[in-house]
Amino acid sequence: MADEQKIRVLVAKPGLDGHDRGAKVVARALRDYGMEVIYTGLRQTPEMIAQSALQEDVDVVGMSILSGAHLEIVPLAMEQLREKGLENAVVIVGGIIPEEDHEALRQMGVQGIFGPGTPTQELADFIKKAVAEKKAA
Amino acid sequence: MGTSRSKQEWLENKLEPALKKFPEREEHFLTTSGIEIEDVYAPDDREGVDYNEKLGYPGEFPFTRGVQPTMYRGRIWTMRQYAGFASAEATNKRYHYLLEQGQTGLSVAFDLPTQIGYDSDSPQAKGEVGKVGVPISSLEDMEILFKGIPLDKVSTSMTINSTAPVLLAMYIAVAKKQGADVSKLNGTIQNDLLKEYIARGTYIFPPRPSMRLTTDIFHYCARELPQWNTISISGYHIREAGSTAAQEIAFTLADGIAYVQAAIDAGLDVDEFAGRLSFFFAANTNLLEEVAKFRAARRLWATIMKDRFEAKDPRSMMLRFHTQTCGHTLTAQQPDNNVVRTAIQALAAILGGTQSLHTNSRDEAYATPSEDAVTLALRTQQLLAYESGVADCIDPLGGSYFVEYLTDSLEAEAKKYIDRIDELGGALAAIEQGFQQREIQESSYRTQKDIEGGNKVVVGVNKFVSPYPEIKGLLRVDPAEAEKQTKRLAALREKRDNAQVTEALNRLKAAASSTDNTMPAFIDCVEAYATIGEICDMLRGVFGEQKEILVI
Repeated sequence: MADEQKIRVLVAKPGLDGHDRGAKVVARALRDYGMEVIYTGLRQTPEMIAQSALQEDVDVVGMSILSGAHLEIVPLAMEQLREKGLENAVVIVGGIIPEEDHEALRQMGVQGIFGPGTPTQELADFIKKAVAEKKAA
Repeated sequence: MGTSRSKQEWLENKLEPALKKFPEREEHFLTTSGIEIEDVYAPDDREGVDYNEKLGYPGEFPFTRGVQPTMYRGRIWTMRQYAGFASAEATNKRYHYLLEQGQTGLSVAFDLPTQIGYDSDSPQAKGEVGKVGVPISSLEDMEILFKGIPLDKVSTSMTINSTAPVLLAMYIAVAKKQGADVSKLNGTIQNDLLKEYIARGTYIFPPRPSMRLTTDIFHYCARELPQWNTISISGYHIREAGSTAAQEIAFTLADGIAYVQAAIDAGLDVDEFAGRLSFFFAANTNLLEEVAKFRAARRLWATIMKDRFEAKDPRSMMLRFHTQTCGHTLTAQQPDNNVVRTAIQALAAILGGTQSLHTNSRDEAYATPSEDAVTLALRTQQLLAYESGVADCIDPLGGSYFVEYLTDSLEAEAKKYIDRIDELGGALAAIEQGFQQREIQESSYRTQKDIEGGNKVVVGVNKFVSPYPEIKGLLRVDPAEAEKQTKRLAALREKRDNAQVTEALNRLKAAASSTDNTMPAFIDCVEAYATIGEICDMLRGVFGEQKEILVI
């Protein structure tokens, strides 16, 4: 019963960036907060991310980017998610995202942007709320 | 009651009554490596320790106090700031400027496609060209990068690993075209693949063929480029991924052991190459543990080289290292605090006896640092070198009861890990089993929990929080640069002799499939203007591609 309610989260590392400390900490923390987490590993193309999201039937797609390529990668990933009919997934981005790029990412449909120093509790709370709102809508 | 005559007496007569009235801040004081710290250290703690065996003198085995007899009294450490710009042209311009300012060492940061063996116009490179460094797809780009710079007169450090043989081949090819004496070339390639699987992630091939390419470089350079530093065995990325200080020493030296063993197995004599090995460590903010870390690493490596590998040349036993301050400790919150953190970390590296140092800029976590921020980072080093006085005496903390205790404890802790890795079959086998990765993740997660629980204070993040101004004026990469780069590459494919390219690539394939040294074939390929993507694709066919060892 409780299992059916579990929020399913895909944690993905798009692009060629190898900085995965944050992604792994987040994956583990969200698991500790009772979510079902699928971690893709490094070097995921937008297609691969959307494919995993579809296969795993996730509620949330989280992408961790620290190489500065977010403005190129995120729109491609959003397009792939839409193509696969996943426009309902909550999309969040973490990593090194300068403040001045936040608005552009939100315009693309990113719901949450989390920089270094974000407490994992805050992230978990955000996800729970965002998923509940999507489901209610 | 008089003054205490021993630590025990002091503990019983003085400390215990005091504690009843004034309890301490913490129940246990621990270093990042979990080493318990007592109230105070005294001569009692050093009883039975042989000074000559444990410490010795600078420039002498076991090199605890430093690798040179003069250290910074002779020459200040090399201040080497690592940076890359979005194009070969812009980077070349910067190099000319730096050389005019009297700098003799260059440092190259490559973009991710170059590091992972993709051409700038490949689909995998989309959005990444020129982002974290300079894009180099062919010898033509490398010729632009070093245009007008006599390669036999400078030393160049290249942060390159999986594609190190390709970039080294290009460097040699440019030098040959300049008419330089190749045997005089001086520089460093990072070329440390093991830490890529453990922590950094820019691998291409599986570990075993990667080790073979590494030893090919050792072999080739021992004969052709005797002044070249063929590897920089890196703990930096291991620490950045979340390890403790003890794990940083252990996993780095265990990698070192694997490289030395591989080179010996490939038929090299230990003293023929071991003096060219160099190391790269992180400097964290926990000042005294860090100082002890560098000292412990030096002693442990010297002992390993002497006892385990029976090196005879003292140079083979010296752990020479570059240090970078810890990028992961930089915070987005209250960014000015980063300047202070970096200064403490730099001080740790200097008190630890580093040979060269990169200090991070306050905005470095966000982007290629701005000029003002780079200048301040460099000034931090100059201030430590010329105002603080710490460079005037060798190993000034040597003999501190506490620092010696930490040094001994870290060495013992690191040794335990190395024994464990030996039991698992060595660094490479342990990586394949996910051992180091798992250990690092445990430490990283513990740190995260400690910060969130408030057990570990990060000023401005979980304590002393206040509003802070956003960092402005971040450097941006102009997308036009990537376009220029891909156009140049397309034009090159038109104008080069493609039959010659195919022939060279086939020679490389044959060398890679045999046990021949691959370096001459790499040089043939780049001289024919084969691209990095073509070369690596050919090798992907021979060696296969590494699949990530997922450990969560």
